[in-house]
Amino acid sequence: MAGAFRPPHPLRPDPLIEIDHVTFGYDSSRTILNDVSLRFGRGQVTAVLGGSGCGKTTLLRLIGGVHAANSGRVVFDGEVIDTRDRAQLYRIRRRLGMLFQFGALFTDLSVFDNVAFPLREMTDLPEPLVRDIVLMKLNAVGLRGAANLKIAEVSGGMARRIALARAIALDPELIMYDEPFAGLDLISMGVAAKLIRTLNDVTGATSLVISHDVPECMAIADWVVLMATGGRIVAQGTPAELMASTDPEVRQFVRGEPDGPVKFHYPARSMADDFGPGAP
Amino acid sequence: MGFVQSIGARVLAALHGLGHAALFFVGLVGVLPQALRRFGLVITQVYAIGNRSLVIILASGLAVGFVLALQMYYALVTYGAAESLGLVVNLSLVRELGPVVTALLFAGRAGTSLTAEIGLMKAGEQIAAMELMAIDPRARVLAPRFIAGAISMPLLAILFSAIGILGAWVVAVGLIGIDAGNFWSIQQNKVDIWRDVGNGVVKSAVFGLICTFVALYQGYETQATPEGVAYATTRTVVISSLAVLAMDFILTALMFSTP
Repeated sequence: MAGAFRPPHPLRPDPLIEIDHVTFGYDSSRTILNDVSLRFGRGQVTAVLGGSGCGKTTLLRLIGGVHAANSGRVVFDGEVIDTRDRAQLYRIRRRLGMLFQFGALFTDLSVFDNVAFPLREMTDLPEPLVRDIVLMKLNAVGLRGAANLKIAEVSGGMARRIALARAIALDPELIMYDEPFAGLDLISMGVAAKLIRTLNDVTGATSLVISHDVPECMAIADWVVLMATGGRIVAQGTPAELMASTDPEVRQFVRGEPDGPVKFHYPARSMADDFGPGAP
Repeated sequence: MGFVQSIGARVLAALHGLGHAALFFVGLVGVLPQALRRFGLVITQVYAIGNRSLVIILASGLAVGFVLALQMYYALVTYGAAESLGLVVNLSLVRELGPVVTALLFAGRAGTSLTAEIGLMKAGEQIAAMELMAIDPRARVLAPRFIAGAISMPLLAILFSAIGILGAWVVAVGLIGIDAGNFWSIQQNKVDIWRDVGNGVVKSAVFGLICTFVALYQGYETQATPEGVAYATTRTVVISSLAVLAMDFILTALMFSTP
């Protein structure tokens, strides 16, 4: 199950996105992703699971063309993303929507205006049509009644749903979710998970969910990728395959065990060195 | 050797910073037409940057007018030239104090506000969100503010000078007892609308571009942390103020080199 590329899987359709031997670091001293190769199936919900700092969000930023890979290539629908080509980048970005971890809502705008923002900026639709689309998108996330609220007046869970309505305003082909369940209560978490699955099925979009919440992702994903530090792909497969895995690292992550192949302690000197008679 | 190396490293870093800022400026100028086509965004920013700076600008202009009239009177009366008070106050304000003090106040009031706003937008991933929506944040966020700064500053400087002259009139005519007709007529005769007032307006427009650009650049390039935003805000005031003072000397030398 471990390894970057696997033989074709019966449940894997053509990829919309391919990560091909990508290496990336924000500076030369620290590599975040090291020779990572992944494929995200068209029309599927793919969940990338992994602990904090393993490079999950960086992966999303590379797909969005926010950063350029140090080596390797990111392919979107057969087109290699070139971050230097602004026109190409914007053309690809018009086909994707992203839900940021904390929503990234425009705090000076109302709920309605936040969702209307991409419609007003990217299209020439008349205002009555914009109004109808915005209310439909807000209705899809259950917040049509909150259209006139200010961003300061909504809760964290609501903000996430408003951001989702904004992300799907232009009916993107790819929706990327960065930690959509982080900081949500159980009810909001369930609502968010159901929304991701429903939107994917209704719109036919491809969904990429970056998270460390195992039960929610296992419940909604068609395909799950388990990532470790350095972007190492520990395992990938259907949720059922991962749940049934006997690999110690997979079992530790899926079951949330504090210690195992992934150590609880950050590498440190021995206890004797720090607490023994000769300790500083 | 280490000392020389450290100087070299600092010079290289400064040149790199200047080059980066220059590229940023060129990029910003390139998207100005997009902002001009959506002038509603510019007007909103003129309100935010200009109107909301009015109180401090008018209060400061009035105070400067009061003090300038008093100080100039004490100096001029010694030489029997108290009737020139209106002219001296007027020229001091429209040529120098109006543009420079307004720019310094603008950097403190509107510049810091712009830097903090853009910096917090960056920290809250609003800038990244725009980028990922295929919306150029330079055209949508920065360019309207840049144009608004260039429009607002000359207007604020004119108001500063006007209220300053009124303040000086209150002190000169009401307090000191200088003839009101003399106060105004000497200004009418000696102040040149293009050479004095016009150059003052040009100066303030240049200062407006400098202050707004510095504020936007610092906000856009800030580290997206509370410390980063705080540091960028401080740098906005320091860099804007020094740049305004340096540019004022250059512009004054160019504009008023002949008596």
